[in-house]
Amino acid sequence: MAVDKNMNVLIVDDYKTMLRIIRNLLKQLGFNNVDEATDGSMALQMLRVGNYGLIISDWNMEPMTGLQLLREVRADAKLKSIPFIMVTAESKSENVIAAKEAGVSNYIVKPFNAETLKTKMSSVLGDFA
Amino acid sequence: MAVKGVDRDLELRLDAIRREHGDTVGVEKIAEVVRAMLDTMTGDIDGGDLKLFREVESLADYIHAAKAEIAALRPGEIKNEFIASATDELDAIVGATEAATNEIMDSAEHLESLAPMMDAEVAERLTEITTRIFEACTFQDITGQRITKVVRMLKEIETRVESLVKAFGGEIEASAPRQEKAPVTDEDLLNGPQLPSGAADQAEIDRLLASFD
Repeated sequence: MAVDKNMNVLIVDDYKTMLRIIRNLLKQLGFNNVDEATDGSMALQMLRVGNYGLIISDWNMEPMTGLQLLREVRADAKLKSIPFIMVTAESKSENVIAAKEAGVSNYIVKPFNAETLKTKMSSVLGDFA
Repeated sequence: MAVKGVDRDLELRLDAIRREHGDTVGVEKIAEVVRAMLDTMTGDIDGGDLKLFREVESLADYIHAAKAEIAALRPGEIKNEFIASATDELDAIVGATEAATNEIMDSAEHLESLAPMMDAEVAERLTEITTRIFEACTFQDITGQRITKVVRMLKEIETRVESLVKAFGGEIEASAPRQEKAPVTDEDLLNGPQLPSGAADQAEIDRLLASFD
């Protein structure tokens, strides 16, 4: 099934610069409907009222971290099937294991490039040109 | 020797110190208790006690020497000047790199907006170049996080130095000799770059220069 590039994508990061970078990279990949949140609790509120096809989230944020957000999403019947990609500088194996156990769809270590983002998105959403 | 009597007296003194100072007790207070304990042992000590007495005495000397060395380091100065200044410098780095990154991205976005005006091949090449720029800008997030970690560590050192100063009491700052204010040398003038709060802008520099005319 073809990937719907008109889907709403929620990006979550406490660094405004990183939000801007990811938004620009997504735009270049053809995804223009992008919303932003600066921590997990803000993201959760947006997810509960919006209709999102993908979440791309940082880990290290306050007050709610990306891992807590992931757990909340996976525990919510309405949200649990949304693909969730963690984009973080936390690169220890125990972090990856914890994220996997919490139900992460894929994991990108910062700094990353556009190709990595595209590859990981394709593995989660399906191939897109 | 009335051991129980000594223990009781010691307990009472320690309780009084705890009530007055909490868990942070000055070295002088500890020395006072040790002295009092030794006083109660006078005339009632055997060979073993004498050895213990010497050990305690050398311990007291060691504490006094350590106190003098720590005082010479001027821990209050480390906390109030060096650490505070280092944290401000690091905050300024984060602020400056963030501002520069946003400037770079502004320019990249402007470049990208020109793509529809170009032929397909050039537009594609331009998009590739702006993508590289966006990717390179992720450095700001990583350096920002690393600097935040360093600031956190500095704050931890600051807290520990503060506890040390508290444990020694005000005497530690007073006992360390203050250096005489030396005349300003050429090296003293090498302090740049200034933090934004303390920096003069070009207009202020021009005014200052003009004031010499």
